[in-house]
Amino acid sequence: MKLLKGKWASITVPLLSVALGLLVGGIIMLVSGYNPIVAYAALFNGIFSNTYVLGETVRQMTPLILSGLAVAFAFRTGLFNIGVEGQLLVGWLASVYVGLQFEGLSPIVHIPLAIIAAALAGAIWAFVPGFLKAKYQVHEVITTIMMNYVALHVVNAIIRTYLLAPGERTDQINASASLQSPFLESITDFSRLHYGFVVAIIGAIIMWFLLWKTTTGYELRSVGFNKYASEYAGINVQRNIVLSMVISGAFAGIAGAMEGLGTYGYMTVMADFTGVGFDGIAVALLGANGALGVVLASALFGGLKIGALNMQSVAQVPTQLVEIVIAMIIFFVASSYLIHWISNRVSKRGKI
Amino acid sequence: MDFMQILQLIIPAAIFSAAPLIFTALGGVFSERSGVVNIGLEGLMLMGAFTGALFTILGEQWGMGAASPWFSLVVAIIIGMLFSLLHAVASISFRADQVVSGVALNFLAAGLAIFLVKKIFDAGQTPIIQERIYKTDVPFLSDIPFIGPLFFSSAYYTSYIAIALAFLVWWVLYKTPFGLRLRSVGEHPMAADTMGINVTKMRYVAVMLSGGFAGLGGAVYATSIAGNFSHATISGQGFMALAAMIFGKWHPLGAMGAALFFGLAQSLSITGQQIPGLKEIPEVYLLISPYVLTILALAGLVGRADAPKAIGQPYEKGKR
Repeated sequence: MKLLKGKWASITVPLLSVALGLLVGGIIMLVSGYNPIVAYAALFNGIFSNTYVLGETVRQMTPLILSGLAVAFAFRTGLFNIGVEGQLLVGWLASVYVGLQFEGLSPIVHIPLAIIAAALAGAIWAFVPGFLKAKYQVHEVITTIMMNYVALHVVNAIIRTYLLAPGERTDQINASASLQSPFLESITDFSRLHYGFVVAIIGAIIMWFLLWKTTTGYELRSVGFNKYASEYAGINVQRNIVLSMVISGAFAGIAGAMEGLGTYGYMTVMADFTGVGFDGIAVALLGANGALGVVLASALFGGLKIGALNMQSVAQVPTQLVEIVIAMIIFFVASSYLIHWISNRVSKRGKI
Repeated sequence: MDFMQILQLIIPAAIFSAAPLIFTALGGVFSERSGVVNIGLEGLMLMGAFTGALFTILGEQWGMGAASPWFSLVVAIIIGMLFSLLHAVASISFRADQVVSGVALNFLAAGLAIFLVKKIFDAGQTPIIQERIYKTDVPFLSDIPFIGPLFFSSAYYTSYIAIALAFLVWWVLYKTPFGLRLRSVGEHPMAADTMGINVTKMRYVAVMLSGGFAGLGGAVYATSIAGNFSHATISGQGFMALAAMIFGKWHPLGAMGAALFFGLAQSLSITGQQIPGLKEIPEVYLLISPYVLTILALAGLVGRADAPKAIGQPYEKGKR
């Protein structure tokens, strides 16, 4: 049971949670009359069997990584950013807006410009809850949820009023702002894989560097550990709370840009949330709020979501099973007290 | 269109769309007053809506006729309570982060409900239910001039139940020993424990009550407003109920008032096009008003909203 203590715990608890989550999924399939072995085999094949599904998995991962980074970054400062979804939507809109403007610009200028616009939009959206938390001690969970709905309705209204093209959506962005790549599509059997995954990996590196290699990152983490001690040590807690939310929002905005500039190249009037922002919470939790962890967790959840399509067509299991599995994984990660408690019991018994 | 006609258009619609929010917000009051954050209201409402649609259809098949939707409401309360146990076990017994556990509950509800719909009906949504909860004129009261047409004609009984329950919950929370214990557990669990109150048990009861209420809210939504259940049936009503609870300052009657007000905003965004003067206001302002007002209320700009003291913290016996 040494594996559940100390530095190993950060790896074994998530792995055990994933295993338990899949186990619960298997039991649910058994109870509802599906064959879990056939289903999981189909799921696995649906992730790895050919280049098309691999390309789709990486595409699915891209915004997940960034939204996971957004949640994880805020977590490090002790903030719970449930507003990634809303920040993602305004980022998506901003990137598409910039993508629609500036004809004849070089991609080297246009793409970064659109991504920066998305980051700014997400940052501004996250500034509101950050400011309210720092200034008025308003709990960020509630304000970020409220900001999600404000974002949804405002974004839809802006598209309907200013950017509407036939089909309840905006026009296609200029080619110079697009992350889509005929090359990547051709090597993956015409999946929708685009250059966004490079942006996501750079994002993960930036997060790691910012948190662990800079003074600002040290201050942010310190506020997350103990804001009173940080205050006493001369760290400006209020400033760091706002800063953390703003950076988190910027990551979320870029996640939106991945959809706007990469996967779709436009934005539709949204009937509901994308879910990517909420999945980011799961990704950050499973990834233990670390950059590498987030990338790995995104790979798992992105893979599960793509593999679920094959599972449905081969074993007739509804894709929602994967959502159930993801929810159970979150429960188990969050209830790691349970896992520790069981391990303590087992190790005590082992001694006797 | 005169003023009376406008009122007749808006007020019944507001009460109508507020009913599910009132039920769910009251549930939120129980849970949060005992110190357990319940972001999972959305998921609980979703399970309630699913149960409501499913058991109305089953009730019809079992020959229950017009009683089917009412039968489904009872089942939805039970399912809501059972489903909320997951949140209770994770956040009270296993000391999981209450917000995280609530988020997981929402995920699970969304996945499980659609999974079961696909399994049972082999389609993405349930069929339309035949026996809905219909609007009725309340006998005698609807004949009262002015008040009658506004509040008592073509109204839903579920709306009256919602408003009556708000007063009942107020009475329970503020006038009974049980309510005092529940609130004390949310303000200062250690003091409550010292006085011999079982903190864990009180919190379990509170979370299960919130599950029952939210399940009822969801089922009322499915049987009176939506008429069936699909992935889009519950999209944000639970969070709006959460907002109503906060805007109502964690008080049952405040939550009811806020839910009625949010219902008004919702109904205005739908019926506003028919009303002169409101036509010029873009719909989006009405749609975002509940959320913006809640943020302003939290910031202290529309009256201060203070959460129960011990909210969000798991109680560990013997911890200082």
